Amino acid sequence: MGTPSDMKLIDENGRRLDGRGDEELRPIRITTDVLQRADGSVLMEWGGNKIMVAVYGPREAYPKHTQDIEKAVIKARYNMAAFSVDERKRPGPDRRSTEISKVISEALSAAVMVEKFPRTQIDVFIEVLQADAGTRIASLTAASVAIAAAGIPMRDMVVGCAVGKVEGRIVLDLSKDEDNFGQADVPMAVLSKGKEVVLLQMDGDLTMEEFDMATSMVLNASERIAEIQRNALVEKYKGENYPEIEGSEE
Amino acid sequence: MIKTREIKDIVFPGDKIETGQLKPRNGIQRGEESNCTSQYFGVVQKGEEFIDVVPFNGSYSPRRGDKIIGKVLDVGPSMWTIDMKSPYLVMLHMNDTPWKTYSGELRKFLVPGDYIFAKIMNLNEVKESWITMKEPGIGLRKLEGGTIISVPSPKVPRIIGKNGAMINMVKDATSTRIIIGQNGLIWIDGEPEHVQKAVEAIKIIEREAHTIGLTERMTQFLKDNKGENHGNAQ
Repeated sequence: MGTPSDMKLIDENGRRLDGRGDEELRPIRITTDVLQRADGSVLMEWGGNKIMVAVYGPREAYPKHTQDIEKAVIKARYNMAAFSVDERKRPGPDRRSTEISKVISEALSAAVMVEKFPRTQIDVFIEVLQADAGTRIASLTAASVAIAAAGIPMRDMVVGCAVGKVEGRIVLDLSKDEDNFGQADVPMAVLSKGKEVVLLQMDGDLTMEEFDMATSMVLNASERIAEIQRNALVEKYKGENYPEIEGSEE
Repeated sequence: MIKTREIKDIVFPGDKIETGQLKPRNGIQRGEESNCTSQYFGVVQKGEEFIDVVPFNGSYSPRRGDKIIGKVLDVGPSMWTIDMKSPYLVMLHMNDTPWKTYSGELRKFLVPGDYIFAKIMNLNEVKESWITMKEPGIGLRKLEGGTIISVPSPKVPRIIGKNGAMINMVKDATSTRIIIGQNGLIWIDGEPEHVQKAVEAIKIIEREAHTIGLTERMTQFLKDNKGENHGNAQ
């Protein structure tokens, strides 16, 4: 963050490195039910990110001391594959992934109706296969789709996006280089209808005005991302996907 | 040939539901000022009095009085532990069975792997439940022979149909015996090829539970496939 560099991140026409405008998102593709044995699963492709999410449960929470007599506990586990980044990542949990698991669990707990399933746990396994900036928000957005696909009751869907400051400008959905050499990175997630903020972190500095602008950009983008989430869920159940039953034609 | 098929309205968690004159029931969250939102990703189902959101998927949530099919997991000195495909395991006490049992002799009656048809007798706030097999006249028993298949529990009402219309149709057309547990486990008994036909029919209902005009299509499907019932015998 803020590493001095002579790399030009925004060209004279105001285009970013990958040719995007300030408020343009990278291409997002969500595929549901990719794993047979999971209750709900999603493959998320967001720019260069490739993330697999599997949801299991609700099921009785073990070890027993983790049970909550009043509600379900959401156990999200964010894990990066050794091959997901340029230089091999030492496998296993580390400070960063423990933190991300925690903030994702908390964000999801705000959306899922945990009070309906006392004493249980909902497992959310997040495997980052390829990382390219903004994985925590992509994981959370994907996890929300996987939970909906698993038929777990929710108040609202969770949708997120990162926003940051690059060469003094506020831009949406940072890419790897913008993240590394930009001045600020703000991942933010909201409930898709209620617009309540469920995840907000900031690396770097923004002025109040810049922050307000960043917030409104994320809220704006959340509508677009929510639409992608909905299309992904409904894909499997569309009418035209059902061929006529054999023999039922006259 | 692929034809477009009409489907019911699909909603997402948090979506507003227009209830009109109907009373909101399952899967609908009541907010302030009759502001109703969906709790599930599923389809809207309007009845004569109520409106529900039926999810596409999901685990079984036990309710008092439901008849369920469970699998024996473990045998204790005075209780069996039963898995009924819900988030919680459930206990069957030896006094709640139709047999004369003594403590420590439970293995004579049910061993792990057996399936039973039982009723949920009691349920508390933390979702602990107890089941019984004692109530006479409703067919509670150990399920011997037959085949067990599993469907998501929200699809069970569609498989049963209005007053059992759908499942009776499948039973008659395939000449099988079928017991459906509210938890989504289904026991089917009969000639192997008949069972196979029934499984096929139930899988179609499961897959297309959210489409309109399913009953008519199933009637046609079962009529057309009746002739094959004895295909293997010749």
